[in-house]
Parts: sequence; C-alpha cells; structure tokens
Amino acid sequence: MSSEVYERIRRNPKFDELVSKRSRFAWTLTAVVLGIYFIFIMVVAFNPMLLATPIWEGGKASIAWPIGAGMILLFWLMTGLYIRRANGEFDDINSEIIKGAIE
Amino acid sequence: MNRGMLKFAAAALAVSWMGLAMAAPDVGQAQKQALNVHAIVMFFIFVMMTLGITYWAAKRTKSASDYYAAGGGITGTQNGLAIAGDYMSAATLLGLTSMTYFQGFDGYIYCICFYVGWPFIMFIMAERLRNLGKFTFADITSYRLDQRRVRTVAAIGSLTVVVFYLIAQMVGAGQLIKLLFGMEYWMAVVIVGVLMVIYVTFGGMIATTWVQIIKACLLLGGGTLVMLLAFSQFGFSLETLATKAVENSKKGMALMAPGAFLSDPVTAVSLSLGLMFGTAGLPHILMRFFTVPNAKEARKSVFIATLCVGFFFTVVAIMGLSAITIVGTNPQYFEGGDLAGKLLGGGNMPAMHLAHAVGGNLMLGFLSAVAFATILAVVAGLALAGASAISHDLYANVIRQGQATEAEEVRVSKMSSLGLGVIAVLLGIAFEKQNVAFMVGLAFGVAASCNFPVLILSMYWKGLTTRGAIWGSIAGLVSAVLIVVLSKAVWVTVLGNKDPIFPYEQPAIFSMPIAFFFAWLGSVTEKSARAAKEIEAFEDQYVRAQTGFGAAGAAAH
Repeated sequence: MSSEVYERIRRNPKFDELVSKRSRFAWTLTAVVLGIYFIFIMVVAFNPMLLATPIWEGGKASIAWPIGAGMILLFWLMTGLYIRRANGEFDDINSEIIKGAIE
Repeated sequence: MNRGMLKFAAAALAVSWMGLAMAAPDVGQAQKQALNVHAIVMFFIFVMMTLGITYWAAKRTKSASDYYAAGGGITGTQNGLAIAGDYMSAATLLGLTSMTYFQGFDGYIYCICFYVGWPFIMFIMAERLRNLGKFTFADITSYRLDQRRVRTVAAIGSLTVVVFYLIAQMVGAGQLIKLLFGMEYWMAVVIVGVLMVIYVTFGGMIATTWVQIIKACLLLGGGTLVMLLAFSQFGFSLETLATKAVENSKKGMALMAPGAFLSDPVTAVSLSLGLMFGTAGLPHILMRFFTVPNAKEARKSVFIATLCVGFFFTVVAIMGLSAITIVGTNPQYFEGGDLAGKLLGGGNMPAMHLAHAVGGNLMLGFLSAVAFATILAVVAGLALAGASAISHDLYANVIRQGQATEAEEVRVSKMSSLGLGVIAVLLGIAFEKQNVAFMVGLAFGVAASCNFPVLILSMYWKGLTTRGAIWGSIAGLVSAVLIVVLSKAVWVTVLGNKDPIFPYEQPAIFSMPIAFFFAWLGSVTEKSARAAKEIEAFEDQYVRAQTGFGAAGAAAH
C-alpha cells in the first residue's frame, strides 16, 4: 500500500521542489559551519599568535575567547535558522504533498 | 616554547586529556577522602527522586515502543535536554575545566571540536534518522538490506561502543566517588551498576529519559551557579579575569592563545573527525531520535541540545579560567599547602575545588552529587542502547527473524540489561588499576568508523548493498580497533611494550576512509539480483526519509 503512495509522492513535482530546496539549504548551512570551523582550525594550527591579539589595547584578554564563544553562538543560531524554515515552510509543503498522495 | 617541550606537551595532552575530556575522568589511583556528608545526602535525594520516576515510568511502560522509545511521546525540548544529558559526562565538567585551568585557550578549542558535530547532525541527519528509524539505528541501516546480516554487524558495532564506554565510565565512577564521597571503589561501582539496571529494566526509555533530563538540569544549574559565583569575584569582567589568570598561572600569556593542541596536525584532525562523526555514530545518542513523535520535534531536540552543550562548554571554560586565580593561589587546595606542588586529589579537581572555594562544603557536596548523578545517567543511556541492540536487533530480528512477540522481545531486553550491568560491574572492578583512557577513544573511534559510515551511506547513497554495508562496518571496526591497540595508548601504556607500532593514537582519519572505501567496493562489485532489488528499494526509502510518510509514529496513548 505505501509503495503506491510513495510512487505518487515521487511523481508530484512539489516533492522535487521540496527536496531540492531543503537539501540546498541544509548543505549551504553545513558548508558555512564547516568552512568557518576549518578556517579557525587552520589559524590555530598555522598562526596561533593571531588569536592572542588583545581585545583592548594594552589588555591581557585575547580575542581568542570571544571568537570561540562567537562561533558556538553562531553555529547554534544557524541550527535555529534551519529549523525555522524546516519546521515552517518546508513542513507545510511536506504535509501538502502527503495529503495529495493519500487522497 | 621550544620544539621539544611542544612535543612533550602534545604527548601529555594526547595521553591524558583526550581520555579525560571524553568520558569518565581517569583520576588515576585516587586517594580515598573523608566521608562527604553533604554530597551523600544530596546524592541520596537524587536517587530517591529517580527511583520514584522509575516506578512511575514502569507503570506506563506497556508496549515495546514504550520500552525502547518512550512510545514516541517525548517532546522536542525534553529530548533536547536528554540528549545534552547523554552527551555531557562527568568528564566534561571535570576534564574540560581542568584542561582550561592548565592549558587556557586549548581547553576551549577542545570544547569547540566537541561541539561542531551538533550543527552537522541537525542539518544532515536529524530528520532522516527520525523518519526512518524505529528503536535502534540498525532499523535504518537494514531498512532495505538483508535484515539478519546487516543487523548482526550493526549490533556488534553498537555493543563494542557500549561495552568500552561503560567500562571507562565505571572505572571513572569508582575513582571519582572514592575521591569525592570517601566511599570504597567497589561499592561505588556496585551502586552505579545496580541503579543503572533498575532504571533500565523497570523504567525503560521513559525512566532513562527523565533521569537524563534531571541530570542535565542539575549539571547546567550547578555549573552555572559555580561559574557565576566565581566570575563575580572578577566583577564579571573578562579583562580582569584574564589579567589575573595570566598573573597567576605558570603559563602566563600562553593561556590566551592556542598552544600545544594542534602541534601535531594529523592527531588534531583525526581527533576532530572522531569527535564529530563519533557523536553521530553513538548508539545511545542515535536512539534518542526515536523517542520524539516526528521530524519537527527531532529538529527541535537538536536545537535545544546544541544550545545546552554550547552554553555548558562556555560555562566550563570560565570556571577553568577563574579557578586559575581562585584555586591556584590558595594553598589549602594543594598537597602540603605547596602552591608549586600538585592539586589535592589530582589534576581533575579544579572544578571541585572551585565549588568549595566559592560556596563552601555545601556547594562542593552539591557538585559532587551532580557528578555522580551524571555518571549514573550516562551509564543508564548506554545500558539501554546495548540491551536494545541485543533484544531488538540480535534476538527479535536475527535469531527469531521477526517472529518474536513484543513481550518476548522486551523480556530479552530486560535480561540483557541485567547481563550488561553484571558485566559492567565485574569489568569495572577488574580494570580498577588500569589506565582506561584509551577505551573512550576506542568507543568514539568505533562509532565514527563502524557505525557512522554505513549509517550515512544507507541514508544518502542509493548504491549501498548488503555486502557493502557489511564490508564497510567490519573494515571500520577492525581498523579502528587495530589502530588503537597498536598505538601508544594500548601497546605501550597498557601492554608495556617499548615503542608503539602505529604512530598515531586517534584512528578516525585512517579508519573512516577505510570504512567508506570498503562499503563502496563491496557495493559496486555486488551484481546479484538481491543487490539490484536493494538499490531499487532506495526510492521508497528516499521518499519516506524526506517526507516522513510511513514513519513509526507516536504510540496511541
């Protein structure tokens, strides 16, 4: 029974639209996260003293800490960005597709 | 710092911190301390509460779905906390605080490596896991492949991870409790084992989930409180905190920049890969995705878990930095009152000493109880995952080939958790005097190389066949285990040989490509009619993965 439904879903052009939109969004976010992380790791490996730059002129606290915390915060916000679209826009298209297929 | 020192520091890091930070802290042969009454009373309250929950959960656990997946009735927020609970071990608190205390920013880099797997799980895995899975991750890998063979290797992978991780936690628990509570080692191990079996056997996933949630709240709350009290001594100013830390640490300005962490890029990258993809291959974490009703809630859980983990890592880093000044300049926390000497209780103690310094015995007792509760929650999650691999994969689907009734399956699962409890206690006691840090590396290595590649391929690659899945899993398992055994951690430290045969300790960078290669090779060379059917079946699986149509839903009640 479900195989027929799957067949119908697959033939629905909206399914392709959903999949390509959502995949593109997910992979873009993944690429951004990995890109930032990779740059960070490269700086750590090849130019660590760059991160020792003081935040305030003449101060001791280095920019390394806020950069680290900023990365953690940014990555979390990006997961938020993803679920905002996935749980809203994408899920709406999704339930439409399913409804269309079982009727 | 000259090159020799760098190397030494890197080696020291590799040997001790990796193990420390990832699982039960290896506190070495801990000194037994005086009985800590505050800690014991607070821990007792925690145990009573969790036993009450287990009783309540037992009455609600009727079907197999209740037992394995809490009937799919956990909300995204609850599950997010529980995932964070599964992920943040006692070692996150103790090991990472101590790493920041000794190494400064390197500790925080470690946290970031640990953290970055979560966004990845969100974008690439969460919804497909939820849409395809039912009780164990083998449900997904075997979805369109040969049930018996694929589930058998998946179960072997799960059990390997669970057993090594359990032993490390047990030994860590024993040492830690001896240290914090002033209890005998074996008593601590037995208490952890017995409670773990009670939660899992009677309360199943419902009880395990709530134990995780409570523990996550306690850990987050306790850590935050200590952090705030400590940070207030610096007027909540990062500049003051940093200036004092630099003044009071032997490392001085080196605290403020990356140090020895990445001096060996191969180890560093391999460690990053292992942490990131190992997380995505841990059976007890994957199982949590099946406890929520749909993909929406699965995504929400990762969002919450990511928040908790990221926040907690930052709390831990501030605790470590504060401890440099607050603990590091107070002779009462050093052996013989000698500031240049060793910390009382060993290198993992900065978090605990900090709690004592800012909140007295009461705070120390509280944080000790939290650490104990944390271990308990982690082992409960592990035991449930192991028991499910035995009952749902091996018993119900391999031995009985899907003919077992739900009641039989759950009964086997309960017996398995009892069995795992006994094994964990016995091995925990047997390994008391061993250095078990490598076991956690091994657990993550196997998770990243045996479980993860086949799991991700089964969801994303149409061409994966049964033979590919089996070759990939076995290649990943064997190479990860071999690399760890032949590396310094086991070959030299445990087996007492002079030189390691394999120069690197972190297997992921080698064993993951090996696993992917063999999964690919096994698949493309398989030309049987069954393989063709399996590839054809990907279409339906793909639609289900994308839409969630046909996914195991929430239980009726």
